[in-house]
Amino acid sequence: MYWDWFKGGCALGVCFLLTVIFVKPIGVSTQFVILDGIVANLFSATLVVKDDNSKSGYSSSNAYLDKSGGKYAKSVAKPLNYSFVFVLSMILGGYMGRLLQNKGSGNSIKQIPDYHRHRFGDKPAIRYSIAFAGGIIVLWGARLAGGCTSGHMMSGMMQTAVSGYVFAIAAFIIAVPTAIILYRK
Amino acid sequence: MDILFAIVLGVLFGFVLQRVGASDPEKIVGMLRLTDLHLMKAIFTGIGLSSAVLFLGLMSGIVDSGHLSVKTMYWGVAAGGLMLGFGWALSGFCPGTGVVAAGSGRKDALFFIFGGLVGAGLFTIMYRSVEGTWLLEKVWGGKTTLVLTGKSSALLEMGWSPLIAIVIGLAMMWIAKVLPERFR
Repeated sequence: MYWDWFKGGCALGVCFLLTVIFVKPIGVSTQFVILDGIVANLFSATLVVKDDNSKSGYSSSNAYLDKSGGKYAKSVAKPLNYSFVFVLSMILGGYMGRLLQNKGSGNSIKQIPDYHRHRFGDKPAIRYSIAFAGGIIVLWGARLAGGCTSGHMMSGMMQTAVSGYVFAIAAFIIAVPTAIILYRK
Repeated sequence: MDILFAIVLGVLFGFVLQRVGASDPEKIVGMLRLTDLHLMKAIFTGIGLSSAVLFLGLMSGIVDSGHLSVKTMYWGVAAGGLMLGFGWALSGFCPGTGVVAAGSGRKDALFFIFGGLVGAGLFTIMYRSVEGTWLLEKVWGGKTTLVLTGKSSALLEMGWSPLIAIVIGLAMMWIAKVLPERFR
Protein backbone atom coordinates (compact mmCIF):
# COMPACT_ATOMS: atom_id res chain seq x y z
CA MET A 1 0.00 0.00 0.00
CA TYR A 2 2.73 2.48 0.95
CA TRP A 3 6.19 2.88 -0.53
CA ASP A 4 8.88 0.91 1.27
CA TRP A 5 10.93 2.93 3.75
CA PHE A 6 13.98 3.31 1.55
CA LYS A 7 12.14 4.56 -1.50
CA GLY A 8 9.93 6.81 0.65
CA GLY A 9 12.91 8.10 2.62
CA CYS A 10 14.83 8.97 -0.54
CA ALA A 11 11.78 10.76 -1.94
CA LEU A 12 11.49 12.77 1.30
CA GLY A 13 15.19 13.62 1.07
CA VAL A 14 14.74 14.87 -2.49
CA CYS A 15 11.89 17.14 -1.30
CA PHE A 16 14.03 18.65 1.48
CA LEU A 17 16.93 19.16 -0.92
CA LEU A 18 14.95 20.77 -3.74
CA THR A 19 13.28 23.23 -1.37
CA VAL A 20 16.49 24.26 0.37
CA ILE A 21 18.43 24.58 -2.90
CA PHE A 22 15.81 26.58 -4.80
CA VAL A 23 13.68 28.47 -2.27
CA LYS A 24 13.85 27.84 1.48
CA PRO A 25 13.44 25.03 3.99
CA ILE A 26 9.97 23.52 4.33
CA GLY A 27 7.75 24.86 7.10
CA VAL A 28 4.05 24.36 7.76
CA SER A 29 2.87 25.51 11.17
CA THR A 30 3.32 29.26 10.51
CA GLN A 31 0.67 29.03 7.82
CA PHE A 32 -1.98 28.15 10.42
CA VAL A 33 -1.30 31.58 11.92
CA ILE A 34 -1.46 33.18 8.48
CA LEU A 35 -4.84 31.57 7.71
CA ASP A 36 -6.16 32.70 11.11
CA GLY A 37 -4.91 36.18 10.27
CA ILE A 38 -6.54 36.18 6.84
CA VAL A 39 -9.89 35.21 8.37
CA ALA A 40 -9.61 37.69 11.24
CA ASN A 41 -8.56 40.42 8.83
CA LEU A 42 -11.88 40.04 6.98
CA PHE A 43 -13.66 41.23 10.10
CA SER A 44 -11.23 43.93 11.14
CA ALA A 45 -10.06 47.06 9.38
CA THR A 46 -7.17 47.61 11.78
CA LEU A 47 -5.61 44.17 12.29
CA VAL A 48 -3.20 44.46 9.35
CA VAL A 49 -2.41 47.83 7.80
CA LYS A 50 0.07 49.21 5.29
CA ASP A 51 2.95 50.86 7.11
CA ASP A 52 5.94 52.40 5.36
CA ASN A 53 7.89 52.53 8.62
CA SER A 54 7.80 48.77 9.00
CA LYS A 55 10.41 46.55 7.37
CA SER A 56 7.87 44.45 5.48
CA GLY A 57 5.68 47.42 4.54
CA TYR A 58 2.89 46.14 6.80
CA SER A 59 2.21 46.25 10.50
CA SER A 60 -0.37 44.75 12.82
CA SER A 61 -2.17 45.66 16.01
CA ASN A 62 -1.41 42.09 17.12
CA ALA A 63 2.09 41.73 18.58
CA TYR A 64 2.65 38.29 17.05
CA LEU A 65 1.69 39.26 13.50
CA ASP A 66 3.74 42.43 13.94
CA LYS A 67 6.96 40.75 15.06
CA SER A 68 10.11 40.65 12.86
CA GLY A 69 9.14 43.82 11.04
CA GLY A 70 5.59 42.73 10.30
CA LYS A 71 6.63 39.60 8.42
CA TYR A 72 3.44 37.69 9.24
CA ALA A 73 1.29 40.80 8.73
CA LYS A 74 2.58 41.02 5.16
CA SER A 75 1.77 37.35 4.50
CA VAL A 76 -1.75 37.93 5.84
CA ALA A 77 -2.19 40.94 3.54
CA LYS A 78 -0.76 39.04 0.57
CA PRO A 79 -1.76 35.38 0.87
CA LEU A 80 -0.42 34.56 -2.58
CA ASN A 81 3.08 34.09 -1.21
CA TYR A 82 5.40 31.09 -1.49
CA SER A 83 4.91 29.59 1.99
CA PHE A 84 1.11 29.81 2.03
CA VAL A 85 0.65 28.44 -1.49
CA PHE A 86 3.15 25.67 -0.66
CA VAL A 87 0.98 24.41 2.21
CA LEU A 88 -2.24 24.69 0.15
CA SER A 89 -0.54 22.68 -2.58
CA MET A 90 0.29 19.94 -0.06
CA ILE A 91 -3.47 19.27 0.19
CA LEU A 92 -3.56 18.63 -3.56
CA GLY A 93 -0.45 16.46 -3.26
CA GLY A 94 -2.16 14.34 -0.60
CA TYR A 95 -5.22 13.98 -2.81
CA MET A 96 -3.13 12.92 -5.81
CA GLY A 97 -1.11 10.49 -3.72
CA ARG A 98 -4.29 8.91 -2.49
CA LEU A 99 -5.70 8.59 -6.04
CA LEU A 100 -2.65 6.72 -7.29
CA GLN A 101 -2.58 4.58 -4.17
CA ASN A 102 -6.11 3.38 -4.78
CA LYS A 103 -5.36 2.06 -8.23
CA GLY A 104 -5.08 -1.69 -8.20
CA SER A 105 -5.22 -2.13 -4.45
CA GLY A 106 -8.82 -0.95 -4.03
CA ASN A 107 -8.44 -0.36 -0.31
CA SER A 108 -10.48 2.34 1.40
CA ILE A 109 -9.37 4.71 4.14
CA LYS A 110 -10.09 3.49 7.65
CA GLN A 111 -11.60 6.64 9.09
CA ILE A 112 -11.22 5.26 12.60
CA PRO A 113 -7.68 3.95 13.07
CA ASP A 114 -7.42 0.43 14.54
CA TYR A 115 -5.43 1.55 17.59
CA HIS A 116 -8.13 4.09 18.37
CA ARG A 117 -10.95 1.56 17.95
CA HIS A 118 -9.29 -0.89 20.34
CA ARG A 119 -9.14 1.80 23.00
CA PHE A 120 -12.14 4.07 22.45
CA GLY A 121 -14.52 2.13 20.22
CA ASP A 122 -16.22 2.92 16.93
CA LYS A 123 -17.93 6.25 17.63
CA PRO A 124 -16.58 8.84 15.17
CA ALA A 125 -17.36 11.69 17.61
CA ILE A 126 -14.67 10.48 20.03
CA ARG A 127 -12.04 10.20 17.29
CA TYR A 128 -12.94 13.65 15.95
CA SER A 129 -12.82 15.19 19.42
CA ILE A 130 -9.38 13.72 20.03
CA ALA A 131 -8.14 14.95 16.66
CA PHE A 132 -9.53 18.43 17.42
CA ALA A 133 -7.96 18.58 20.88
CA GLY A 134 -4.69 17.25 19.47
CA GLY A 135 -4.74 19.98 16.85
CA ILE A 136 -5.04 22.69 19.49
CA ILE A 137 -2.12 21.31 21.51
CA VAL A 138 0.09 20.58 18.48
CA LEU A 139 -0.24 24.02 16.92
CA TRP A 140 0.06 25.92 20.20
CA GLY A 141 3.22 23.96 20.92
CA ALA A 142 4.55 24.38 17.39
CA ARG A 143 4.11 28.15 17.57
CA LEU A 144 5.86 28.31 20.92
CA ALA A 145 8.68 26.24 19.45
CA GLY A 146 8.77 28.34 16.27
CA GLY A 147 8.25 25.37 13.99
CA CYS A 148 6.95 21.83 13.72
CA THR A 149 8.06 18.45 12.50
CA SER A 150 8.80 19.75 8.99
CA GLY A 151 10.53 22.98 9.96
CA HIS A 152 12.46 21.93 13.06
CA MET A 153 12.90 18.19 12.85
CA MET A 154 13.43 17.65 9.13
CA SER A 155 14.67 20.96 7.72
CA GLY A 156 16.46 21.80 10.98
CA MET A 157 18.31 18.52 11.47
CA MET A 158 19.25 18.52 7.79
CA GLN A 159 21.15 21.77 8.42
CA THR A 160 22.50 20.42 11.76
CA ALA A 161 20.56 23.14 13.62
CA VAL A 162 20.83 22.80 17.40
CA SER A 163 17.15 23.85 17.65
CA GLY A 164 16.21 20.97 15.34
CA TYR A 165 17.92 18.32 17.50
CA VAL A 166 16.45 19.74 20.72
CA PHE A 167 12.96 19.89 19.22
CA ALA A 168 13.14 16.32 17.90
CA ILE A 169 14.31 14.92 21.24
CA ALA A 170 11.63 16.87 23.16
CA ALA A 171 8.85 15.75 20.82
CA PHE A 172 9.79 12.05 20.85
CA ILE A 173 10.50 11.93 24.59
CA ILE A 174 6.83 12.76 25.26
CA ALA A 175 5.23 11.25 22.17
CA VAL A 176 6.58 7.71 22.61
CA PRO A 177 5.43 7.12 26.22
CA THR A 178 2.15 8.93 25.54
CA ALA A 179 1.37 6.68 22.58
CA ILE A 180 2.44 3.52 24.42
CA ILE A 181 0.37 4.28 27.53
CA LEU A 182 -2.66 5.86 25.85
CA TYR A 183 -3.02 3.28 23.11
CA ARG A 184 -1.92 0.14 24.96
CA LYS A 185 -3.77 -2.92 23.85
CA MET B 1 8.05 32.28 -10.37
CA ASP B 2 7.92 31.82 -6.59
CA ILE B 3 4.31 30.70 -6.82
CA LEU B 4 5.14 28.13 -9.48
CA PHE B 5 7.85 26.72 -7.21
CA ALA B 6 5.36 26.70 -4.32
CA ILE B 7 2.82 24.69 -6.28
CA VAL B 8 5.28 22.18 -7.74
CA LEU B 9 7.25 21.61 -4.52
CA GLY B 10 4.13 21.69 -2.31
CA VAL B 11 2.32 19.10 -4.41
CA LEU B 12 5.47 16.96 -4.51
CA PHE B 13 5.95 17.10 -0.72
CA GLY B 14 2.29 16.36 -0.05
CA PHE B 15 2.36 13.51 -2.53
CA VAL B 16 5.47 11.98 -0.98
CA LEU B 17 4.16 12.27 2.61
CA GLN B 18 1.00 10.49 1.51
CA ARG B 19 2.82 7.73 -0.37
CA VAL B 20 5.26 7.05 2.44
CA GLY B 21 2.37 6.73 4.90
CA ALA B 22 3.23 9.75 7.08
CA SER B 23 -0.31 11.12 6.81
CA ASP B 24 -1.80 7.90 8.17
CA PRO B 25 -2.32 8.08 11.98
CA GLU B 26 -2.03 4.28 12.05
CA LYS B 27 1.58 4.54 10.81
CA ILE B 28 2.44 7.52 13.05
CA VAL B 29 1.10 5.96 16.23
CA GLY B 30 2.63 2.62 15.18
CA MET B 31 6.00 4.36 15.06
CA LEU B 32 5.46 6.10 18.42
CA ARG B 33 4.31 2.84 20.04
CA LEU B 34 7.47 1.28 18.59
CA THR B 35 5.42 -1.45 16.93
CA ASP B 36 5.97 -0.30 13.33
CA LEU B 37 9.18 1.60 12.62
CA HIS B 38 8.54 1.97 8.87
CA LEU B 39 8.20 5.77 9.15
CA MET B 40 11.17 6.10 11.50
CA LYS B 41 13.35 4.35 8.93
CA ALA B 42 12.00 6.57 6.15
CA ILE B 43 12.54 9.78 8.16
CA PHE B 44 16.12 8.84 9.11
CA THR B 45 16.81 8.06 5.45
CA GLY B 46 15.28 11.33 4.28
CA ILE B 47 17.10 13.59 6.74
CA GLY B 48 20.37 11.67 6.42
CA LEU B 49 20.39 11.65 2.63
CA SER B 50 19.40 15.29 2.23
CA SER B 51 21.88 16.43 4.86
CA ALA B 52 24.79 14.51 3.35
CA VAL B 53 24.06 15.74 -0.18
CA LEU B 54 23.40 19.30 1.02
CA PHE B 55 26.75 19.60 2.80
CA LEU B 56 28.56 17.88 -0.06
CA GLY B 57 27.04 20.53 -2.34
CA LEU B 58 27.92 23.36 0.05
CA MET B 59 31.53 22.19 0.44
CA SER B 60 32.05 21.82 -3.30
CA GLY B 61 30.40 25.17 -3.96
CA ILE B 62 27.67 23.70 -6.18
CA VAL B 63 24.97 24.62 -3.67
CA ASP B 64 24.63 28.21 -2.49
CA SER B 65 23.99 28.63 1.25
CA GLY B 66 21.74 31.62 0.49
CA HIS B 67 18.51 29.60 0.73
CA LEU B 68 19.39 27.96 4.03
CA SER B 69 17.51 29.17 7.08
CA VAL B 70 18.43 28.11 10.60
CA LYS B 71 15.85 28.50 13.35
CA THR B 72 16.76 30.14 16.65
CA MET B 73 17.32 27.94 19.71
CA TYR B 74 15.43 29.23 22.79
CA TRP B 75 13.77 27.52 25.76
CA GLY B 76 10.40 27.52 24.00
CA VAL B 77 11.77 25.14 21.35
CA ALA B 78 12.06 22.43 24.01
CA ALA B 79 8.82 23.37 25.80
CA GLY B 80 6.86 23.61 22.55
CA GLY B 81 8.42 20.35 21.35
CA LEU B 82 7.16 18.57 24.47
CA MET B 83 3.66 19.93 23.90
CA LEU B 84 3.67 19.05 20.24
CA GLY B 85 4.87 15.56 21.12
CA PHE B 86 1.86 15.03 23.38
CA GLY B 87 -0.66 16.27 20.81
CA TRP B 88 1.09 14.32 18.07
CA ALA B 89 0.73 11.02 19.95
CA LEU B 90 -2.85 11.86 20.94
CA SER B 91 -4.09 12.73 17.45
CA GLY B 92 -1.65 10.90 15.17
CA PHE B 93 -1.06 14.07 13.17
CA CYS B 94 1.49 16.86 13.04
CA PRO B 95 0.74 20.08 11.14
CA GLY B 96 2.09 19.01 7.74
CA THR B 97 0.78 15.47 7.78
CA GLY B 98 -2.63 16.70 9.00
CA VAL B 99 -2.91 18.96 5.97
CA VAL B 100 -1.94 16.12 3.62
CA ALA B 101 -4.30 13.68 5.35
CA ALA B 102 -7.18 16.10 4.83
CA GLY B 103 -6.33 16.14 1.12
CA SER B 104 -6.31 12.36 1.05
CA GLY B 105 -9.87 12.29 2.36
CA ARG B 106 -9.50 11.76 6.10
CA LYS B 107 -12.32 13.39 8.04
CA ASP B 108 -10.48 13.32 11.37
CA ALA B 109 -7.74 15.40 9.73
CA LEU B 110 -10.26 18.17 9.10
CA PHE B 111 -11.00 18.25 12.83
CA PHE B 112 -7.27 18.28 13.52
CA ILE B 113 -6.88 21.30 11.21
CA PHE B 114 -9.79 23.14 12.87
CA GLY B 115 -8.17 22.44 16.23
CA GLY B 116 -4.85 23.61 14.82
CA LEU B 117 -6.37 26.89 13.68
CA VAL B 118 -7.80 27.36 17.19
CA GLY B 119 -4.42 26.54 18.80
CA ALA B 120 -2.48 28.84 16.47
CA GLY B 121 -5.08 31.57 17.03
CA LEU B 122 -4.84 31.23 20.80
CA PHE B 123 -1.05 31.51 20.63
CA THR B 124 -1.33 34.58 18.40
CA ILE B 125 -3.63 36.24 20.93
CA MET B 126 -1.54 35.13 23.93
CA TYR B 127 1.81 36.05 22.39
CA ARG B 128 2.16 39.21 24.48
CA SER B 129 2.19 37.21 27.69
CA VAL B 130 4.81 34.80 26.33
CA GLU B 131 6.98 37.58 24.92
CA GLY B 132 9.61 38.74 27.37
CA THR B 133 9.46 35.59 29.51
CA TRP B 134 12.26 33.03 29.87
CA LEU B 135 10.51 30.93 27.23
CA LEU B 136 11.82 33.14 24.45
CA GLU B 137 15.32 33.52 25.94
CA LYS B 138 17.97 32.39 23.49
CA VAL B 139 20.15 29.42 24.35
CA TRP B 140 23.56 28.54 22.90
CA GLY B 141 23.73 31.68 20.79
CA GLY B 142 20.37 31.32 19.07
CA LYS B 143 20.82 30.54 15.38
CA THR B 144 23.41 27.87 16.00
CA THR B 145 24.31 24.79 14.01
CA LEU B 146 26.66 21.95 14.79
CA VAL B 147 28.85 22.68 11.75
CA LEU B 148 29.62 25.64 9.49
CA THR B 149 26.83 26.42 7.04
CA GLY B 150 27.58 29.99 6.03
CA LYS B 151 24.24 31.10 7.51
CA SER B 152 24.66 30.43 11.24
CA SER B 153 27.16 30.42 14.06
CA ALA B 154 28.64 26.94 14.40
CA LEU B 155 29.57 24.97 17.51
CA LEU B 156 32.40 23.39 15.49
CA GLU B 157 34.13 26.21 13.66
CA MET B 158 36.86 24.28 11.82
CA GLY B 159 36.77 24.83 8.07
CA TRP B 160 36.30 21.11 7.50
CA SER B 161 33.41 20.79 9.97
CA PRO B 162 30.80 20.30 7.17
CA LEU B 163 32.46 16.90 6.70
CA ILE B 164 31.03 15.98 10.09
CA ALA B 165 27.54 16.76 8.79
CA ILE B 166 28.14 14.38 5.89
CA VAL B 167 29.27 11.69 8.33
CA ILE B 168 26.19 12.29 10.51
CA GLY B 169 23.99 12.08 7.41
CA LEU B 170 25.52 8.77 6.38
CA ALA B 171 25.24 7.51 9.96
CA MET B 172 21.52 8.35 9.97
CA MET B 173 21.06 6.36 6.76
CA TRP B 174 22.92 3.47 8.38
CA ILE B 175 20.68 3.69 11.47
CA ALA B 176 17.66 3.60 9.15
CA LYS B 177 19.00 0.40 7.62
CA VAL B 178 19.78 -1.42 10.88
CA LEU B 179 16.65 -0.35 12.79
CA PRO B 180 14.33 -3.33 13.11
CA GLU B 181 10.82 -3.18 11.64
CA ARG B 182 9.50 -3.13 15.21
CA PHE B 183 10.79 -3.04 18.79
CA ARG B 184 7.78 -4.51 20.52
